[in-house]
Amino acid sequence: MIEFKDVSLVYPNGTQGLKNINLNIKQGEFVVIVGLSGAGKSTLIRSVNRMVTPTGGELLVDNENILPYKNKKLRELRTKVGMIFQNYNLVKRSTVMKNVIAGRLGHTGTLKSVLNLYSNEDKALAYHNLQRVNISEKVHSRADELSGGQQQRVSIARVLTQQPKVILADEPVASLDPPTSHQVMTYLRKVNKEDNITTIVNLHFIDMAMEYADRIIGMRAGEVVFDGPASTVNESTFEEIYGRKIREEDMVGGEDDEGNA
Amino acid sequence: MAQPETLVLPPKKKRSTKKVVRNWIIAVLLLAMYVWTFSDIGINWSQIFSERTLNNMTRVVPQLFSPEWAVAPDAMRLMGETLAMAYTGTLMAALLAVPFGFFAAKNMFNSRLINTSAKWSLDAIRAFPEIMLALIFVAAIGPSPFAGVLAIAVGSIGMLGKLYSEVIESIDMQVVDSLEANGANKIQILFYGIIPQVIPEFLSYAIYRYEIDVRSSTILGLIGAGGIGMMIQISTMNRNWDEVGMALLIIIIVVTVIDYFSSYLRKRIV
Amino acid sequence: MKGTPSPQQGTFTPNNPPGLRAQQAKWKLTFVFAVVVLVYMFTSWQTNSSLINLWNGLPDVWRMVGELFPPNWGYATETWGRLSETIQMAIIATTVAGILCIPISLMASSNIAPNKWIYNITKQIMNILRTIPDLLLAVIFVGIFGIGAFSGIMALIIFSLGILAKLLAETIEAIDKNPLEAIRASGGNTLQVIVYGVMPQILPQYTSFTLYVFEINVRASLVLGFVGAGGIGQLLQRSISFFQYGRAMMIIIIIFVAVVIIEYISGKIREEIM
Ligand SMILES: Nc1ncnc2c1ncn2[C@@H]1O[C@H](COP(=O)(O)OP(=O)(O)O)[C@@H](O)[C@H]1O
Ligand SMILES: [Mg+2]
Repeated sequence: MIEFKDVSLVYPNGTQGLKNINLNIKQGEFVVIVGLSGAGKSTLIRSVNRMVTPTGGELLVDNENILPYKNKKLRELRTKVGMIFQNYNLVKRSTVMKNVIAGRLGHTGTLKSVLNLYSNEDKALAYHNLQRVNISEKVHSRADELSGGQQQRVSIARVLTQQPKVILADEPVASLDPPTSHQVMTYLRKVNKEDNITTIVNLHFIDMAMEYADRIIGMRAGEVVFDGPASTVNESTFEEIYGRKIREEDMVGGEDDEGNA
Repeated sequence: MAQPETLVLPPKKKRSTKKVVRNWIIAVLLLAMYVWTFSDIGINWSQIFSERTLNNMTRVVPQLFSPEWAVAPDAMRLMGETLAMAYTGTLMAALLAVPFGFFAAKNMFNSRLINTSAKWSLDAIRAFPEIMLALIFVAAIGPSPFAGVLAIAVGSIGMLGKLYSEVIESIDMQVVDSLEANGANKIQILFYGIIPQVIPEFLSYAIYRYEIDVRSSTILGLIGAGGIGMMIQISTMNRNWDEVGMALLIIIIVVTVIDYFSSYLRKRIV
Repeated sequence: MKGTPSPQQGTFTPNNPPGLRAQQAKWKLTFVFAVVVLVYMFTSWQTNSSLINLWNGLPDVWRMVGELFPPNWGYATETWGRLSETIQMAIIATTVAGILCIPISLMASSNIAPNKWIYNITKQIMNILRTIPDLLLAVIFVGIFGIGAFSGIMALIIFSLGILAKLLAETIEAIDKNPLEAIRASGGNTLQVIVYGVMPQILPQYTSFTLYVFEINVRASLVLGFVGAGGIGQLLQRSISFFQYGRAMMIIIIIFVAVVIIEYISGKIREEIM
């Protein structure tokens, strides 16, 4: 459902973000992109909802090239492709409910959303999604009263409320401790399976990539240097992707460590 | 699965009664305030939406935007007078505010009576708009730039005295103590221990106040207290709006330049 | 000065006495001092405000102060209408400016403005507006709309817009941009980004700035009457030009009390919010 055809991206300052990317991601796949910092993971992911615009090639979502999209078409694409961020990107001073219902913005008329007039269906959907990530008891709390892991769960609820076909997650656990990271990844995996939402996640922890991914894509210097099922991946594959030996910091640890302790 | 099978709405937000009552009181007060305002204010709408207004508009506005260059020299001379008024007034205030600042500073006079009475007088002065003081001084000594200078001098003491007292309260008292231990007398302590510490900030605040005083002294002439405001008053009476336009242009430029200079100087000092 | 003798009083502390400065700094200071005094001599001569003038003027000022007392207490009731007009003008102007400043400050913030042109133009216009004194705006509006409160309200609106838009634009430029990105990424349009992302973040500052501008507007509207733009200032000017100094003093007292009360209330509310 997502197809990169020879996609390249050169930033205005001349940095080559992506180099001739060819990929085909199927409906419902759980793809993890790995690579060192600066490899182009964010650039790749952000091309899919056009937060950045590739400068060459074609990028098909649902068999339609999204690169020429503007204004209304672009916003339609973004309602279909939800995004989760490293820093959760919630409005800290607003309540959890207000943050989650913001997922409906793309589906709601401007006037209605400005006047805060949401249908009961929308409200129920938002609440339901909070329940799915187990945080519904915080529905009226302010976002800044929540811990990092809780905020990331709220942001998952927000993206689900958008009812997307694709979820992009750019380093969703980079600011979290290992147990919380596993919890968040488990929720992402769960909604991917339950709703059959195509999910693309950037990670730089290799153990986590192997544990949760269906498919792993390795990037280096703007190019795809590895692409294969998670089951075929081992540490030496990562050493090839990274172009160096695996270090302690490339592992999140957490659940496995707890098992040993 | 994406859509819940049955509609379960989130539970209603629980608000404490205190908060609900408070919000209602605020809402009622606001509503009352606006009802009072809009029902009571006497605006003569037929005068505002009249042909005369339209005529005024088409005459005044274009003239304002096409300044009369012939009066530029006059306007500049008067603007010079305005700057001079502001300078004289600010400098007088900058000196007069020093004793107030010391009296109001807790670390200088350890007496509540002195501190609070100084603070209150400063607050009282600050409550009066400078132009109101100017009106009184014009009545007392006749229309003249001197009346404007007095208004600025008195009006600026309030703010400067308050800021000075804050500066004095934040000085390093160890220096003072060590001087005292060396047997210095009070005058020596003042000049060697305190003044060197406060001078840069005092100066910076005085310059900042000059910025404000330049703005306010541009209008003092409207009530006869000298400066470019006098030209504006006369030109308005004669309906020479192009002359007002010239004065306005000069005010905008000079005020902008002064603001720029003043913030440059203040950055260098502190 | 606090004179509690320290235990080691009389013993010599090895520090150099502070205040003995390097020779160069001393010269610099002397130079600055000389310039300040010279400029003062010139400006006080130009404005006839030398110390001699001051000395000569003092009796007149004292006489005036004497005439202002006692205040004409009975006149207080007659000022009520104009006083409420003053406050109503400030309320209306603050409300209108408070609404208008939102779109303007958004256009004047580098992170929200749709493009550099709009950003720069709006910002420059606001900078220019702030240099024009309120009373001068009032003179112009009186020239257009005639004598009355409406002209004063217009002047206050324009004047407070400049201040509010600047303060608010600075706040907007400092907000957390992450949530805006999230709303954009979920298909929100510009207005939705503003209402859901920007507004909640600036609300406390917005309220506080509006109250602050209300204070400024009350002070300003007290004197707008000097140029015929409505409010209690008109009464003050009239009583002074008719030499009714007892009345004038009464009005001065009323103005003083009004300013103190409004600043107190507004200050309390602002404390509560921030
Ligand atoms: N907005 C931008 N402008 C210019 N260069 C950028 C921009 N964003 C990213 N880059 C550059 O593009 C390359 C890829 O960055 P990114 O996609 O963020 O990598 P990753 O997410 O894998 O760390 C890096 O060299 C980065 O410096
Ligand atoms: Mg990245």
